[in-house]
Amino acid sequence: MSRPLKIANASGFWGDQPDAAARLVAAQPDLDFLTLDYLAEVSLSIMAIVRAKDPTAGYARDFVEVLRSLVPFYQAGGKMKIVTNAGGLDPASCARACAEVLQAAQLPQLKIFTVTGDDVLPLLHPAKSRFHLISENDKGRTGGEDGRFSNLDTAAPLASVAPRLVTANAYLGSAPIAEALRAGADIVITGRVADPSLTVGPCLAHFGWKPTDYDRIAGATVAGHLIECGTQATGGFSTDWLDLPDNDNLGFPIVEVSADGSCVVTKPAGTGGAVTLPIVKEQLLYEIGDPGSYLSPDVTVSFLTLKVEAVGENRVRVSGATGRAPTDSYKVSATYRDGYKAHGLITIFGHDAVRKARHAGDGILRRLQERGCTYRESLIECLGTGASVRGLVSRMSDTQLVETVLRVSVAADTKEPVERFTKEIAPLVTCGPQGVTGYATGRPKVLPIFGYWPCLISKSFVKPIVARESRE
Amino acid sequence: MNTKKTKTIRADSRAELRIPLREIAHARSGDKGNSANVAVFARTPAAYAWMRTHLTAATIETYFKPLGVGAVVRYEVPNLEALNFILPDILAGGGSRSLRIDAQGKTLGMALLEMPVKPPTA
Repeated sequence: MSRPLKIANASGFWGDQPDAAARLVAAQPDLDFLTLDYLAEVSLSIMAIVRAKDPTAGYARDFVEVLRSLVPFYQAGGKMKIVTNAGGLDPASCARACAEVLQAAQLPQLKIFTVTGDDVLPLLHPAKSRFHLISENDKGRTGGEDGRFSNLDTAAPLASVAPRLVTANAYLGSAPIAEALRAGADIVITGRVADPSLTVGPCLAHFGWKPTDYDRIAGATVAGHLIECGTQATGGFSTDWLDLPDNDNLGFPIVEVSADGSCVVTKPAGTGGAVTLPIVKEQLLYEIGDPGSYLSPDVTVSFLTLKVEAVGENRVRVSGATGRAPTDSYKVSATYRDGYKAHGLITIFGHDAVRKARHAGDGILRRLQERGCTYRESLIECLGTGASVRGLVSRMSDTQLVETVLRVSVAADTKEPVERFTKEIAPLVTCGPQGVTGYATGRPKVLPIFGYWPCLISKSFVKPIVARESRE
Repeated sequence: MNTKKTKTIRADSRAELRIPLREIAHARSGDKGNSANVAVFARTPAAYAWMRTHLTAATIETYFKPLGVGAVVRYEVPNLEALNFILPDILAGGGSRSLRIDAQGKTLGMALLEMPVKPPTA
């Protein structure tokens, strides 16, 4: 029987610790696969903004630096393969940049493959097509006017936001990743794929599972779900974080997946944090809806049959996942432009700090209104008073606080009033109460707002594409 | 005089002793668009029995009402001694839209664990 497959994660989101991968392979050189996740719900819209300025920059450039940091490992004969969704909107450009790194490091034998086909923007809104992929025939049937692509959460019709769409990407599954690995890929760079599929793909290729081995695929999906947020599986974000050993140096997680789809969650020796039952349980239900019906493009998983058991120090075995056939749709994550916002922060110290802060915040908004600026939404928060969950938790009355951080936010359909707002925070230093400080970070930035539009698309409309990187 | 008054209040409150939920449970929250989930895990089997009876969808909905939550759904996960609560429309737009300091529901688990509860009698 095959030995367990060791799959690690070295990035839980775009912006995670840049040296995680190099530290992982130094501590655990016998990994079979490294996965890196870069794509949250609206990450692709940020890449779209970057791409508008530089057409070759629509991917997570951080990954190229991660690969560069692994060059010594590969030069020393390291064999670990990499699967990542760092490709974002443009896996081909990401692959090209990676190939240049490998070429310069004299590692041309490492084969890079891309997985694309997730971009369904042309299907949601034909006029937005950059590539004119669809026929005149299809155009009449897309755009959501027949009720398709309506918002999964609100049931609103797509037509209400279609002209403002920025990105629309289907969450592809593990099959194209497995196909790339079977074709000899050392590095697989994808666009949008379901996060757990980064782990399921290697399992499919390695164990030779059939696409209908639903229980096994369910097990690997659970394994992938457990590590997709990096150190959240080893104690990060846990309720009892403060009590963790060496919690300033959390190890990145490893799953050892067996041929039956069960796994052991662990982390490299000598790293901080812990892999315990409470931590693994917390991460199992992280961002989960119905635990009896977790939908992935590969399988529908029940978490209700899972068994979790501690089998050693920092080793938790997760088994018993049950799976059934996936739905015939892919989930699509679409984003649309929805105006602008800015947040201003300033610290206020002294007696009646919260009253002063609230008054100062109101004053800013009133001044702007008098100067003709209108906002569709604004918010004043006094941090330190339980503002994160205002109205839920308050241990002490606001009058007891000697310090608060005033946070004022505005949103508008156009940029100008938001721009104007950003110039009203620092003046509080001279026109506000005594004890205003912490203004040295400069004016707040005007941020574009991207609405999130989750919807479904029939799998028959989407064709995953697997390609080997080849430089022209 | 003041001291006496305080003592009386303490004696009264002992009859209805409350502890924060975190003493018997742990939790984790996360976002999905404009909604969030909070999973609550019992620290002991007795705590799980207590949670199943007392942490109803209605209790949780009332608790999170100030944040504008919709109709809360509860799922039981007995194999993990956990309850998973879905909190619809609680993020004031969520993701990149919400103006709140916590646009992604990162604090909701911690907030729920501050809920004062009667300690379970095992």
